[in-house]
Amino acid sequence: MHSSLNAILETLFPFKIEKRPSDSKLMSYLSPLIAISLTLISGWLLFIALGVDPFTALYTFFILPISDFYGWTELGIKVAPLLLCAMGLSLCFKAKIWNIGAEGQFIMGALGGGAMALAFLESESSWVLVPILMAGILSGLAWSAIAALLKTHFKANEILTTIMLNYIALNALLYCVHGPLKDPEGFNFPQSALFGDASLLPLLHDDYRLNISLLFGLLALTAIWTLMSRSWIGYQINVLGEDAAAAKYAGFKEKTLSWFALLTCGALAGLAGVSEATGPVGQLVPQISPGYGYAAIIVVFLGRMHPVGILLASMLLGLTYMGGEMVQMEMTLPKSLTGLFQGMLLFFLLASDLLISYRIIRIKKTAMPSDPTHAVSQG
Amino acid sequence: MKFVKTLFTASALAAAITGCSDTSVEDAPAAAQVAPSDAVKVGFVYVSPTGDAGWTHSHDQARKYVESQLGDKVETTYVESVPEGADAERVIQNMASNGHNLIFTTSFGYMNPTLKVAKKFPNVKFEHASGYKQADNMGSYFARPYQARYLSGLIAGSMTKSDVIGYVAAFPIPEVVRGINAFTKGVQEVNPNAKVKVVWVSTWFDPAKEREAAETLILQNADILTQHTDSAAVIQTAEAKGIYAIGYHSDMSEYGKKAHLTSAVHNWGPLYLEKVKAVMEGNWKKENLWIGIAEGATDLAPISDAVPADVKALVAKKKAALKAGTMRVFDGPVKDQSGAVKVAKDSTMSDGDLSGFNWYVEGVAGKLPKS
Repeated sequence: MHSSLNAILETLFPFKIEKRPSDSKLMSYLSPLIAISLTLISGWLLFIALGVDPFTALYTFFILPISDFYGWTELGIKVAPLLLCAMGLSLCFKAKIWNIGAEGQFIMGALGGGAMALAFLESESSWVLVPILMAGILSGLAWSAIAALLKTHFKANEILTTIMLNYIALNALLYCVHGPLKDPEGFNFPQSALFGDASLLPLLHDDYRLNISLLFGLLALTAIWTLMSRSWIGYQINVLGEDAAAAKYAGFKEKTLSWFALLTCGALAGLAGVSEATGPVGQLVPQISPGYGYAAIIVVFLGRMHPVGILLASMLLGLTYMGGEMVQMEMTLPKSLTGLFQGMLLFFLLASDLLISYRIIRIKKTAMPSDPTHAVSQG
Repeated sequence: MKFVKTLFTASALAAAITGCSDTSVEDAPAAAQVAPSDAVKVGFVYVSPTGDAGWTHSHDQARKYVESQLGDKVETTYVESVPEGADAERVIQNMASNGHNLIFTTSFGYMNPTLKVAKKFPNVKFEHASGYKQADNMGSYFARPYQARYLSGLIAGSMTKSDVIGYVAAFPIPEVVRGINAFTKGVQEVNPNAKVKVVWVSTWFDPAKEREAAETLILQNADILTQHTDSAAVIQTAEAKGIYAIGYHSDMSEYGKKAHLTSAVHNWGPLYLEKVKAVMEGNWKKENLWIGIAEGATDLAPISDAVPADVKALVAKKKAALKAGTMRVFDGPVKDQSGAVKVAKDSTMSDGDLSGFNWYVEGVAGKLPKS
């Protein structure tokens, strides 16, 4: 029964999946492109099913948000935090340290930096930004240090600890904006006072709200790229991720490397958090992060853990959020489209990634089993 | 090639003709039909999905009401589930820059982003719900759902057998605390033995969490539930467990045929219509509106037949008094949890005090989480 079913399948679809002798480098670059193409094709069909013109819809979703300079600056605002978190995460993931905690580190960065900004509410010197940014970076770093300690000292699984630390961070933020950091003149609403002008990140241009956090992101990209491709510690991290046993044999200190990767990620996510608070938001609010720490995980994998890929992926992901708003406003299409497009992108990426280690080959006639049931089912 | 050229000329000609006819419409006397392109464009920014039967649903109902009243003289758009962080400002700004004349931002967290955009677009009018900041082109408004809460408290206090009433609440902000207190005041007026137990879920919309909280309250002996969150999960839980419930935001009777006693509801339609008309007529001005039962912005959904006639009569009487302004919900004496009189007899709470409510009245069990 089973074999005859197989036979029918083989007749209809005479291909099989076979493991490649070694991973295909070409496919690892082609896979995201295949995924994007499949997403666009499915989106096209989806819009037809919804009864709207697919070209207009896709144009409104992917092009209209960035059809003017303002749109690009807004994209920059979304790319900066994604990029900072994703670069830190890429370092961890390269070492096969599955840090899911960028969200919590982001929130703690915003909280620490925000608390410092509130302490300097009256100050007019732009030097206050230095302690504010430092507070944000150190808060994120301290938060990741907890996970690092639990991992290296107690062998606690970092996936679990970092997820749990995310919830603790969120509740710490909620406690603070409902309590000690609440705006005294805010009628008990859960948000802090607006930060002083001096403690806001300088804008790149007065007409737009894009600020220097994008430069932080690009700086992080260059630094981590150099670190990973040119430095001894980057090499060690790569080896640790590829083959932990080999790394141990070579005498690399796994604990030190884990600490380094996690702390760097915490510092970068913390910087992203404080930049969000002292940037476009300008105060502490309960919803300081729209999930950047989680979205950055998608960005890292979509970007193949490569700095340029990560930059492009963070732009693409940022664009899906903006496109979702645009199709609602222009075409009164539902918000769930944003989620659908992000979901399709990931789904097709995971599917296409199969082609990196496997290939599809045509089943040769001789490979057919000479089973009598098979002959019957064919006839 | 020639054909293409002809096609071009033809389309250019067509464009010119339509262009001409457009001008002639504009030149026509004002009495003429308003072309759709002259319609007032009104935008709505929502914090949650429109279909949730809760807060956003009530605003979207009002949007549809405005459309049904003004037809093609108005064009409305909305963006739903807009996070209250940095993204809100972009959505509001996009609306302002692509030709919207009036923009309603319907969640507290949009206050500062709305203000920032309002300063950049002086010709666009903004209306923000539930906040306290205004500008020349930004008004604020809110309803007084606590009045309906009080009335529903009268019903809950009369109907409870276990003298424990459960309240699923989102965040300990003044608006929510005010609702809990008004409800409890109603409960206590008819049943001084009854207690209101509150469970905080720290979310506006999470049906699973809301259901869990409802089940916790039932385990603590509550036989009537109400909620200050956006979904109907609490009503559905009450229906499943065979107890009573009181809804919020919109009439939730369809979620609990037996359980639903009534709902405290918003009715933003008349206000929105008035604001849109003011923009059309060019006499919009900024206001800080706090309107309630008297203006029709707050109401009580039809009361279930399970409620005895004498209770219904009491509710009707109190509702009429609130409407006429002969009584207010927090008329003294109002005691806090320790029994100390916070509002003296023959006085009442000012709107300012109501806006910053951060203590529980007598009859609420448990401590208010705060600093």
